[in-house]
Amino acid sequence: MDVGDRAALVTGASRGLGEQIARKLAARGARVALVARHEDELARVVDAIRSAGGVAHGIVADVGEKRAPHAIAAAAAALVGDVDLLVHNASTLGHVPLRPLLETDCEALEEALEINVVGPLRLTKLLAGPMVLRGRGLVVHVTSDASVAAYPGWGAYGASKAALDHMGRILGAELEGTGVRVVSVDPGEMRTRMHADAIPDADPATLLDPAVVADRILRLVGNVEELATGARVEASAYAAGSS
Amino acid sequence: MKPATWPRDTPLSERLLRVDPTGGRWTHHVVGDLPDLLRPGDLVIANDAATIPASLFGSTTVGERLEVRLATTSDESTWQAVLFGEGDWHTRTEDRAAPPPVVPGDTLQLGDGLDATIVAVDARSPRLVTLRFSLEGAALWTALHRYGRPVQYAYVRDWLATWHVQTAFASRPWAVEMPSAGRPITASLLASLRRSGVAIARLTHAAGLSSTGDPAIDHVLPFPERYEIPRETASALARARAEGKRIVAVGTTVVRALEGCASEHAGEVVPGRGTTDLHIGEGFVPRVVDGLLTGLHEEGTSHRGLLHAFASEPLLAGAWADAEARGYLAHEFGDHALVLRAA
Repeated sequence: MDVGDRAALVTGASRGLGEQIARKLAARGARVALVARHEDELARVVDAIRSAGGVAHGIVADVGEKRAPHAIAAAAAALVGDVDLLVHNASTLGHVPLRPLLETDCEALEEALEINVVGPLRLTKLLAGPMVLRGRGLVVHVTSDASVAAYPGWGAYGASKAALDHMGRILGAELEGTGVRVVSVDPGEMRTRMHADAIPDADPATLLDPAVVADRILRLVGNVEELATGARVEASAYAAGSS
Repeated sequence: MKPATWPRDTPLSERLLRVDPTGGRWTHHVVGDLPDLLRPGDLVIANDAATIPASLFGSTTVGERLEVRLATTSDESTWQAVLFGEGDWHTRTEDRAAPPPVVPGDTLQLGDGLDATIVAVDARSPRLVTLRFSLEGAALWTALHRYGRPVQYAYVRDWLATWHVQTAFASRPWAVEMPSAGRPITASLLASLRRSGVAIARLTHAAGLSSTGDPAIDHVLPFPERYEIPRETASALARARAEGKRIVAVGTTVVRALEGCASEHAGEVVPGRGTTDLHIGEGFVPRVVDGLLTGLHEEGTSHRGLLHAFASEPLLAGAWADAEARGYLAHEFGDHALVLRAA
């Protein structure tokens, strides 16, 4: 997908990977709606994009809140136009510090599912329908290797990301032939606040810069037609210089 | 015909009355039969406008209660709006109390942080005003979704929320009442229509208020409504028309946008934005549209009047009476009709 002159929506866009994806989409000519909970942080990113000549609008909302997606979809379409690229980047770890499942409050699991799985589906339902009418569009799920590997302590998050992955596969199968694609991408371990919350003593030198990962994801978006619909891929496959 | 009093959630099994104006016949189906009722090459055009929660309840600065219904906009912070007095949809609009009088400069409180200032009062009715919101951009859209509700209907059994009125393919929030003909069309139905060779295209039309209960305002409805026709839709139309394929509008709003555009461009549908206040009824000869998918609306309504451009009243009356006897349901959440020539 060529993102130039397209409208895109990125959740969790006020920092980390979401911020970098939004900035890079705007730099390539996309009109970007950025969604995040915190107004000040969001305004900082929106202002930076605009200062660089990009088109960006911030929508203050919590994707885990049941009524939020309707306002998000309406505001985005009103401000940036028909959304052709939806990036589900916002997510929550559940308990911080992480806890084993037997010590996880079930409410924390429910919250993780609400923000990481149900909220994205609510938004996809609103934005992928018009994509089907237009016969084009892309939904990107940002996932994690915790959806595949069994890391102790990552139960709520890992289970929610595994659900997201599988939802992506099924959506992909259901949208086969409509021109609307779904892809899940594992970004790898990044220097983000979320990673610091999960593993405070990680050596930063071993972690990826989210800006580098965002470049990889944009490369993936640019070549998404090569992938089977519903595919789950690793962003590292799109590292600069890799084929 | 009895109205459907609540949205149903199995749209493909809602009933579909197929009316053939050339043969003077009608037959009974369900929405899921649409791929069989249309032919490969037919071009179906839907209105992708999302419905704004255009009804806001609030008060004047001295505490008088009122309802504001947004009607048309020029820049998304400034709206033409209709005011209603105390009460809600449980009372028919024509029986609603008059709103408190307002003058330019008055402020209406419509939600926490959401105010509107009266900019002008229309000479045609003291209830028809221009107002400017205190918010703009994303903050205005989020506030409208927090405090607003979709325009309600007196025959519906409970408050409707935004999700009850959006079509499956609603995108930009332009409509102040739902473009309801598109309601039964799911993403799966769109896909199966395409698989059977039916072409699908879209436009955006700002469906306006259907009635206000104020004769002075209803007399001039519909207000000029904005629309946008994408380039790819104009091309698909030109192709289909050149090949003699049928053009099927999903709803009266699509008919108004296409015929309104054609009436201003010597019969051609050109891409881009426009506004139309075209009244379509008996005697109107459609230049673009061959037929439409529509809800079932009663004689005397503007919806029904528009159908006269496609089928004679005796045929419609006969088909409607038969549908009513068979238990079809009317209005925004009711059953459906496909009025389309067979050949």
